[in-house]
Amino acid sequence: MTGKLDKFCLVAAVFALLSLVFPLSGVHIETGKNVAFVADLPGLASAMVACVVVGVIFTWYGVTSVVRASILLLIVVFGAWQAVAALYHGGLAGYASYGFWMFILSLWALVWRAIDVIANYHTLENGKQQTANLIVPVAFGIWLLFLWEVTTAGCGVPQVLLPPPSMIGVRFVNSTGILWDDFRQTFLKAVIAGYVLGCGGGLIVAIAVDRVPFLKRGLLPLGNMVSALPIIGVAPIMVMWFGFDWQSKAAVIVIMTFFPMLVNTVSGLNAAGRLERDLMATYASGYWSTLFRLRLPAALPFIFNALKINSTLALIGAIVAEFFGTPIVGMGFRISTEVGRMNLDMVWAEIALAALAGTAFYGAVALAERKVTSWHPSFRVRRH
Amino acid sequence: MTLKAVVNNVAPMTASKDVVVDIQKMSLTFQTADGPVYALSEVDLTISRGEFVSFIGPSGCGKTTLLRVIADLERATGGDILVNGVPAQQAREQRAYGYVFQAPALLPWRTIESNVTLPLEIMEISREERIKRGHDALKLVELNGFEKKFPWQLSGGMQQRASIARALSFDADLLLMDEPFGALDEIVRDHLNEQLLKLWARTNKTVAFVTHSIPEAVFLSSKIVVMSPRPGRIIDIIETDFARDRTLDVRETPEFLEVAHRVREGLRAGHSYDD
Repeated sequence: MTGKLDKFCLVAAVFALLSLVFPLSGVHIETGKNVAFVADLPGLASAMVACVVVGVIFTWYGVTSVVRASILLLIVVFGAWQAVAALYHGGLAGYASYGFWMFILSLWALVWRAIDVIANYHTLENGKQQTANLIVPVAFGIWLLFLWEVTTAGCGVPQVLLPPPSMIGVRFVNSTGILWDDFRQTFLKAVIAGYVLGCGGGLIVAIAVDRVPFLKRGLLPLGNMVSALPIIGVAPIMVMWFGFDWQSKAAVIVIMTFFPMLVNTVSGLNAAGRLERDLMATYASGYWSTLFRLRLPAALPFIFNALKINSTLALIGAIVAEFFGTPIVGMGFRISTEVGRMNLDMVWAEIALAALAGTAFYGAVALAERKVTSWHPSFRVRRH
Repeated sequence: MTLKAVVNNVAPMTASKDVVVDIQKMSLTFQTADGPVYALSEVDLTISRGEFVSFIGPSGCGKTTLLRVIADLERATGGDILVNGVPAQQAREQRAYGYVFQAPALLPWRTIESNVTLPLEIMEISREERIKRGHDALKLVELNGFEKKFPWQLSGGMQQRASIARALSFDADLLLMDEPFGALDEIVRDHLNEQLLKLWARTNKTVAFVTHSIPEAVFLSSKIVVMSPRPGRIIDIIETDFARDRTLDVRETPEFLEVAHRVREGLRAGHSYDD
């Protein structure tokens, strides 16, 4: 007893208890009978009872350790498994009612409490801390997927509106061939080429702008204007100029990524302090020497900022640009055609692929940033 | 001083081979939106080889500006400045001096060793030579063993010592130091003052040192230049003759207190009480 009742566990216990009492499902349209009762689903019933018992115990004793939080998580995993089983094998799909949703709310309270405890876990042991740091986002993500699954399945949401994640997953696994072709066309060809050209061009022009004052006044406003161009206006023109294949998509990406890199690098080149510039002057360091030894390293945090922004922009640009003419392959092409054919699960599989690719790309850039600018105050760790 | 340098010395002045810095009737006026600011006015000063010259005065008296003019980081608007017998800009381009700033100004992405050898790298000296000289310079400031550390892993005093090692690494005869220990606590400061004095005695470099601490100026210097503000000008030059191998104990002697008293009197005379 910690002196205070654990509110989340109390809520969980109460809702689990109510879920045992309230009807689990609605009435079947054709038979006119209740689809299922608690007694018909012993697995689900035992999970509900477990939630009541564990909820009551932890309401009284509190979730004071990571071990107790892990017990909660295990109960939630068991409960979630039984809930999904009840939906697909117990016939609840499309007919879930109060009792079922109260059970989900009970699980929600438990998982919330458990993640909260693990997120506040601090230890000096690196391995344990890293595991705890990993569990929190993973558990959170899985919980969201679970909510999505039970909501769409339990309420019988039409697949055209929102298919459950399991369906998207199945489609993803069954179409790896198509997905790989699309990935190669959109990401490996258009995105990489456009990203490298756009970022590289922005960097070089930024150095020129910094060197030549009139370019700063003349070119920066022009760049500003180019960056404000609507991508759906530019994309068809690029298709006219560079053809249907990936080159036109790369061109769109160049237009999108050029300006963030230009602006960030220009301000980054001014990031080196007055003192450091004077220091280089005392060594009679020339323009290029000062650029490479002082100003570009000092600009790196800014440059990486632009690289990160552009990593997500590039993928968006490529996918949207493919809506305006493309060979019969590519992520954007697939999305636009499969929507027309009402194959929404394929659209979602492409979206999942885009999310994965985008996250991996961003992560790779962020990782490179950590390596290259490990000296920066936001990354450095004291090593003695 | 080589013959060439003497020939280059076009200004009609006494080109003694022992004069490192020669300033004649130098003035510096900053043009600002509120009208001209007279930072330095009619400054005459010579610094001879092997001297330790301190510039002392209240804030705004132009002591840092004077040092920056010698270093060609600031351009005088009148008068002549010769460093090693050539104009200040030429001297800078010949890398005639090492400059130590108020802050360490170490580049955070470079290790201590690579910071210290930065000037050598700019001078395109070979890698082996750089490492050897960097090692020697770090030894002079007792920082050997810290080569692979990054600046932010060192204390403030150690960082400032590393910046001194950087100024020493390319072996310029002239060392310009702008309140290098201003941000450090008194114990560290005393220690670094002693180290600096030993270094000066050992290497026979010429040092120009800006400070606003009277004990620091008197303890370190062979010549103290007292300055006053609005416009910045020299009001007294005091020569001292303490032994080159003096220790901190010299600060308790009557001679020391006498010089300190004279410096204080000079500062007081030059100070305007209208603010």
